[in-house]
Amino acid sequence: MDPSVENNVRAVRRSKEEKKVLKRQIKASHTLLKHEGISTTSQPTKSLVVANGGLGNGVSREELSAVLKEMGELETLIMHPHKPYAFVTYRSEECARKAHVHLNGEKLQCGGNSVTLYLSFVDSVTCEEEASVPLPEGLVLVEDFVSPEEEAQLLAAIDWSSANDDITAQKALKHRRVKHYGFEFRYDNNNVDKDKPLPAGIPQECLPALELCVRNKHINIMPDQLTVNQYESGQGIPPHVDTHSAFEDTIMSLSLGAQTVMEFRHPDGRLVPVVLPGRSLLVMKGESRYLWTHGITPRKFDTVPACDPQSPALTPPDVRTHSNLTLSKRGTRTSLTFRKIRHEPCRCAFPSACDSQGAPSTSPPSPPSLPRCHDDAAQLEEEYVHRVYDAIASHFSSTRHSPWPQVCHFLSSLPPGSVLADVGCGNGKYLGVSTEVIAVGCDRSSALIQICAERGFQAFVSDALSVPLRSATCDACISIAVIHHFSTQERRLAAVRELVRLLKPGGRALIYVWAFEQEYNKQRSKYLKEQNKEHPENHSPINKASEDSHRPVDNIQDVSKVTDGKLSVHTNRTSFNTQDLLVPWHLKEGKRQGEEESGEGVKKEKRKEKSKKSSGNSCSADSSSSSTRSDCNPDPCPGFDSNMTPGSVQETSDATHSPDSKPSPSDDSAHNTTSAPKSESSPVPVFHRYYHVFQQGELELLCGQVAGVKVQSSYHDQGNWCVILEKDSIEMN
Amino acid sequence: MKLLTHNMLTSHVKGVTKGYPLLIKATEVKMNEVEFNPQFVSRMIPKLEWSALVQAADELGQRQDLPGELVPDYEKNEDFLKKVHRLLLEVEVIEGCLQCPESGREFPISRGIPNMLLSEDEA
Repeated sequence: MDPSVENNVRAVRRSKEEKKVLKRQIKASHTLLKHEGISTTSQPTKSLVVANGGLGNGVSREELSAVLKEMGELETLIMHPHKPYAFVTYRSEECARKAHVHLNGEKLQCGGNSVTLYLSFVDSVTCEEEASVPLPEGLVLVEDFVSPEEEAQLLAAIDWSSANDDITAQKALKHRRVKHYGFEFRYDNNNVDKDKPLPAGIPQECLPALELCVRNKHINIMPDQLTVNQYESGQGIPPHVDTHSAFEDTIMSLSLGAQTVMEFRHPDGRLVPVVLPGRSLLVMKGESRYLWTHGITPRKFDTVPACDPQSPALTPPDVRTHSNLTLSKRGTRTSLTFRKIRHEPCRCAFPSACDSQGAPSTSPPSPPSLPRCHDDAAQLEEEYVHRVYDAIASHFSSTRHSPWPQVCHFLSSLPPGSVLADVGCGNGKYLGVSTEVIAVGCDRSSALIQICAERGFQAFVSDALSVPLRSATCDACISIAVIHHFSTQERRLAAVRELVRLLKPGGRALIYVWAFEQEYNKQRSKYLKEQNKEHPENHSPINKASEDSHRPVDNIQDVSKVTDGKLSVHTNRTSFNTQDLLVPWHLKEGKRQGEEESGEGVKKEKRKEKSKKSSGNSCSADSSSSSTRSDCNPDPCPGFDSNMTPGSVQETSDATHSPDSKPSPSDDSAHNTTSAPKSESSPVPVFHRYYHVFQQGELELLCGQVAGVKVQSSYHDQGNWCVILEKDSIEMN
Repeated sequence: MKLLTHNMLTSHVKGVTKGYPLLIKATEVKMNEVEFNPQFVSRMIPKLEWSALVQAADELGQRQDLPGELVPDYEKNEDFLKKVHRLLLEVEVIEGCLQCPESGREFPISRGIPNMLLSEDEA
């Protein structure tokens, strides 16, 4: 291309199109400044920041570098992980200027994705080398452990042709194929039947490699169990620690085929991604085997150090420095994991992760009993309500964005200037519905109140049984999805009394509680429908524990008698078979996954998709991570399998229609924490919230016990029982 | 915490008969500009405990020339409404605590949020 000609053509065309590009470029530089603290300059320099040309946008180093090189020789190209921009420094200012002129507004095709680049000059390039991250203690990676020929032989030795055979216990798991030799690894209890060896031992073809392992002292005894996993691009395995009591210390994993990135996580939060090239051997011993979890995030691209052909030696196998990264497309990878069955209890130095030494991970904690006295009740609620909401606050909040229509209807019926108290306000989604009222909120969870405060609402931390507001000062109170968290009838009554105390004479309170009847007037609630739609396979899994410990409840009288039973764990999105229960919440922890994975993240993504369509690709630092996710990680992580895809659909509709805000435990249904202790050893934190779900008529009956108030109306709204109370105008003595 | 909220808050420590108004001990106070809506402020005033607002304004050194008694016809007195607006909606206590006037129990205010939780034996 002749730049001068090109320039002339451009000059003539400096029109609407060019102005648009300029406008976007300025906008991009503002975004960079605002979100990333990157200040751009109008004075030409040798360095430019390339907005939208980042790993976070799914742009690989190779692709970007090819375009940038057309403008001149590069000195450096720095791409930080997950960022929606890159820094380029040219050998000369002239080249940088040329790039600035020609590449602004340039569309770059990356895979199926198109991004528009916006370039701005920067004075300096931030190139803070991340502190090098050492490999977990006890972890060794041996590259080129087998030759390509041996690799081919090994792959040929694994016969995947027969669907499910008993000889090698071949299974098609949801997210990968597995085959076991020697002993079957059982995913239901994460252990092996030590006295039931499989007919097929470790294949002969593996012996040379294993003998080499012994010779090289990677392991001091021949393994007797082999698990073969085959991962297609986009598949993975949830983070887990191999069960201590099942296997001896050393675990070896031979990677064949495409490379991948395995993530090691320490309980203290340290994360070490390790690139596993094809034909490499990974040896896990000691701390790396016993304490760190390892897993593979399901995605189609990994962020890996760029392979610079001139200095391969400078590229360590693990992702230690962050400035020289690119994206690596995943292919099919087969891993051979060799382990030695353990016959004695494990006596490792990591009891917190050791099932032999009583770590809780392998056996689920015994569920609590229904409280018999006030202290029990308070303690149950502390552990199974308050702590849970604090722990899940941000994820919970991200799934609770849309106020429910009928609650809004109540709020907008209040006269302007009304004083409104939202007792149990959660993330404050009702505090801003009507700007005409004077609204304050309170919640037990300080983490949720913090979210209210960040949104600019007036809120304080308090208990719903003792709301620190003066009596008879509120024109209206709402209690949405709160009272079902109280574990005795007495306390539920006290919660209603407290609401009524706050009301002025003539004031009204709206109460929502989760309904035992999730099917009403032949209508199944959203809560059930979503389950049915998303997980037909999980339709009627009444877990054993609940069958054993809880008889079905026929009427209210019967319920109050159930005081000795253990609380059962509810299977999400199924009908209730008891009124007092624990509802699991599967935390989608952004940090764990490295990226946002909550419903909100998905929503943002949708919004972003929309904006992409209408306004092209703008540089938006805050949505970059979710963009990475959609571009590179379209498949849900197995640990989240039941959560993510359905979650995104469901949480949206849930939040819009199902008034069951706190109740709708959005996630999870495939994981039944009681019957499957930790399916595929997924350490995704599961929290259990206590609920008392109300039977028809129960809420009215409860409110009827409070003097000085009348039930004005009651109704069923998407799996919730609701009442509107009105405090008597003339105080009766 | 805005003074509007303070005006509504009370102490419910067990045995306390007069937990209102709470004393404010502020270590950080911020002024936050909020759009002035005279109608909204006029509607708010009858809901207030006027003396508690005056006391709070005094404690924070924000009283300026706010009268001790509610002025008549305040709906039409824009100057007065602006003063009330400023006090109720613009003054925010960020750090400090609220103290129960009777028991002396202090409720911390952190990042603008009062924590009014009581322990089991206080409730």
